[in-house]
Amino acid sequence: MATTYGTSDFRKGLRVEFDGDPYLVVESEFRKPGKGSAIYTLKVKNLLNGRVLEKTFRSGDSIAGADCHDQKMQYIFNDSREWHFMDPDSYEQYGVSKDQLGDLWKFLVEEMICDVTFYNGNPITVTPPNHVELEVEYCEPGAKGNTATNVTKPAKVQTGAEIQVPIFIKIGDVLKVDTRTGEYIERVHR
Amino acid sequence: MLAQAREFFAARGVLEVETPLLSRGVVVDRHLEPPICSYSPSADAEGESLYLQTSPEAAMKRLLAAGMGSIYQVSHAFRGGERGRLHNPEFTLIEWYRPGLDHHELMDEVGALLAKLLPRRCRPGSWEKLSYRQLFRDRLGIDPLQCEVGELGQVAESLGVEVHGDFPWKDKDAWLDLLLSTRLQEDLGVDHPVFIYDYPASQAALARLCPDEPRLAERFELYIGGVELCNGYHELLDAAEQRARFEAANEQRREDGHRPLALDEKLLQALESGLPECSGVALGFDRVVMLSCGAQSIDEVLAFPFEEV
Repeated sequence: MATTYGTSDFRKGLRVEFDGDPYLVVESEFRKPGKGSAIYTLKVKNLLNGRVLEKTFRSGDSIAGADCHDQKMQYIFNDSREWHFMDPDSYEQYGVSKDQLGDLWKFLVEEMICDVTFYNGNPITVTPPNHVELEVEYCEPGAKGNTATNVTKPAKVQTGAEIQVPIFIKIGDVLKVDTRTGEYIERVHR
Repeated sequence: MLAQAREFFAARGVLEVETPLLSRGVVVDRHLEPPICSYSPSADAEGESLYLQTSPEAAMKRLLAAGMGSIYQVSHAFRGGERGRLHNPEFTLIEWYRPGLDHHELMDEVGALLAKLLPRRCRPGSWEKLSYRQLFRDRLGIDPLQCEVGELGQVAESLGVEVHGDFPWKDKDAWLDLLLSTRLQEDLGVDHPVFIYDYPASQAALARLCPDEPRLAERFELYIGGVELCNGYHELLDAAEQRARFEAANEQRREDGHRPLALDEKLLQALESGLPECSGVALGFDRVVMLSCGAQSIDEVLAFPFEEV
């Protein structure tokens, strides 16, 4: 059943409930004047509409946890409005809208296993693995002799997304990308 | 940086001392939680509960009462439940006491030390002094001494502070702390260091009250780059008054649902025997290091943050 969190439990990543909506804690800050009372501020994102709020608490306060659960599901396809996921055990399928996904569609490769978050039985957000491998479908060739490592160029990957990559990347290369920041990490040798 | 600080104190004739971290009584503060540890004289004996100090203040005042003169200490201090971007439950203080100086003279000495430790953030003489009352008047248009709790709530709301739920915030100091830490602090000391001084008497702690305005206490804090760096007092000398404040703090702690703490009777005895007229201050050394190297979190300047011990 839903839990309650006290101020000492506050941390990034908690799922909590305000006014009947589920929220994700995106930032948790503890502030305290040396000789004064502690203040906790949470920046929370509404998991249904993405709206971000800031809430202030005093030690001893508590909030209700949101009744969310995560389920491992396989991404199967998208029809550019909804991205569809399948429970690998029951074969049940669920669609998640592009709005709910935000930028995450960029990293979803068919057959990838993701955590799908359900709230009251409906899928509301998707968390892909922290690192995914994406193949470059197109990029401009790098200028010869330019070996600077901090210069980047856009590369279009198999999901249709553009990722900023170093100049030496070629078509057909496989990139390791961090899904939390959207940033290129390294070239993978398969 | 510690070497520079020690050089600074040596040049001014301030003696380095060391006092115990463990104590049987504490400086009782409504909002400070000294961790409690169990001391056993042998492996199978029942332990005695001792406090880990929240600052070396009590022990250093005992030395002052014994006639040590100007003293400083680099010490670890412990505060339960304080963990965040600027807080670790175990941290380092530079604390010092100067007989004969008032709080304004000590502010200037703090400034001089920081001009040495943080030359890029604190040029000699560049610090501004702003009274607590003036700060609230200038930035928020309210007088912290005159206003009602309800007004503070309205100001907070108008500044977009969403207070959670139905918590009964009847406590004026809680609102003042909230406004200071969430809406004022970030802008303090950005261009040059800012000392805030003369706090409401309800937040006096161990400071004496202003002789011409008993609603205020001679206490100060320093802010650089939005970070609170120190807390200092023109020290209260009156033992009876200090005992009454400790007992009032314990009463508030009971009301807040927190355990009362044992008073440091040895400190009170020292005050009775006579503390010289003096000012004292505690400077958060980890935060000074943070500012020196541009760290965003205290974790970046600690060898092992709390979760790693």
